[in-house]
Amino acid sequence: MQELQEIIRWIEYIIVNGLPATLLLTALGLGIGLLFGLVLALARVYAPTGIQIMATLYERLFRSIPILVLMFVFAIGLPWVFAFAGVGTNAIFAAVAFSLGLRSSAYQSGIFRSAILSVSPGQLQAARSLGMSEMMANQQIVLPQAFRIAVPAWSNEYAVVIKDTSFALAVGVTEMNKLAFNLYTESPALMMFILVVLTLIYFCFTYPVTKYVGEYMSKRLKRLGLGGG
Amino acid sequence: MMEPVLEVFDVWKSFDELEVLKGVSFEVAEGEVKVIFGPSGSGKSTLLRCINMLDPPHQGDILLRGESLMKKGADLNKFRSKIGMVFQNFNLFAHLKAIDNVAIGPRKVLGFTKEQARERAYSALQLVKMTDRAHHYPAELSGGQQQRVGIARAMAMEPDVILFDEPTSALDPELIGEVLQVMLDIAKRGTTMVVVTHEMGFARAVSNEMIFMDEGVVVERGTPQHFFAGAESARARKEKEVG
Repeated sequence: MQELQEIIRWIEYIIVNGLPATLLLTALGLGIGLLFGLVLALARVYAPTGIQIMATLYERLFRSIPILVLMFVFAIGLPWVFAFAGVGTNAIFAAVAFSLGLRSSAYQSGIFRSAILSVSPGQLQAARSLGMSEMMANQQIVLPQAFRIAVPAWSNEYAVVIKDTSFALAVGVTEMNKLAFNLYTESPALMMFILVVLTLIYFCFTYPVTKYVGEYMSKRLKRLGLGGG
Repeated sequence: MMEPVLEVFDVWKSFDELEVLKGVSFEVAEGEVKVIFGPSGSGKSTLLRCINMLDPPHQGDILLRGESLMKKGADLNKFRSKIGMVFQNFNLFAHLKAIDNVAIGPRKVLGFTKEQARERAYSALQLVKMTDRAHHYPAELSGGQQQRVGIARAMAMEPDVILFDEPTSALDPELIGEVLQVMLDIAKRGTTMVVVTHEMGFARAVSNEMIFMDEGVVVERGTPQHFFAGAESARARKEKEVG
């Protein structure tokens, strides 16, 4: 009985104090990744060759840097870049968000690029034949379909980013992993137990989301006759 | 004689080394239905794509009501909004319901309000007898129904001419009839049409002129009476029979 209360206390401690930072980092990471990823994807599909090559190099670069190294570079090596977010912990928080975001953008661009390319060329032709400009045809017809096609892969990216927020403990951000770390440095004997609890919390925020999104979207995509879902 | 709606003048088109169109000319008057037929690979579909400049010709001219589409600085988007296109594979917008497929052109290209566009779309769906499926997505419709929505989408723009690119070739045989019936209906309403098709029954019933193409040139042209009274060349006869 006492142990159960203990476990509940840990969960409460981790969730109350750490979940907000974890979720905020996830949202910022995904948001920054979405913004940059979309621009990269559009550049890789539509831009002149020079810009395409630059976008490809960016993708290669950010896909090859370990996320922890990236966080050290941004949070410790380049704190002045993130001074816009404030000083001290705020700048570090922003640095972590951008590490997650820029890395994610290198993957999201691939997701959106292949989604754009998988929209059938006939869709663009039909839009142009109605008199839409290329820009309007992409806005109205191609991109809305590409977004729908991208959702299942995008939900995987969500799972990657939320888990990788745990690296932020290394630069001193108080997210869930950091709090679990605090708990088991106080009571080392319970380390495994605390880690299991932590794992379960991450699980609750990844599996149901990816499963729900995956199932819902593949049903919806089937209804639209788009992709294999 | 009335000024033609559409004039195709000496159109040439090649892809790399392959010459697909070698000087094709014809004109279409208001309310006319022209049927283009010929063996596959003879350049019929390419010709339609040249007419609305989805694949611009290398040489020649296309005139819509006397205005050149090939002139430098021609507003192609505006011209295309006046040239309807019905595709072999329908190409309905997959993420939009039938009614929105038809409404999006008037709404976004012609600048109608949402309500006006819906009204226009609804009456176009009435023409093709698809109002009962207005709120279905394309993937929930049969091929014949999709093509009827495709025709409504073109009609809703009230274009000067509608180009049909083998509109029934991708359909199961039992679905061809409903699409041809809709095409007959709109032809009778005076819609100006250029139809690439193998449907000789349709050609005979409604076309003002039939154009037989082979290997990128117009081989023979004449009224349906000409082609169906046995006066046609041996090549055209063969094509008409297998068509």
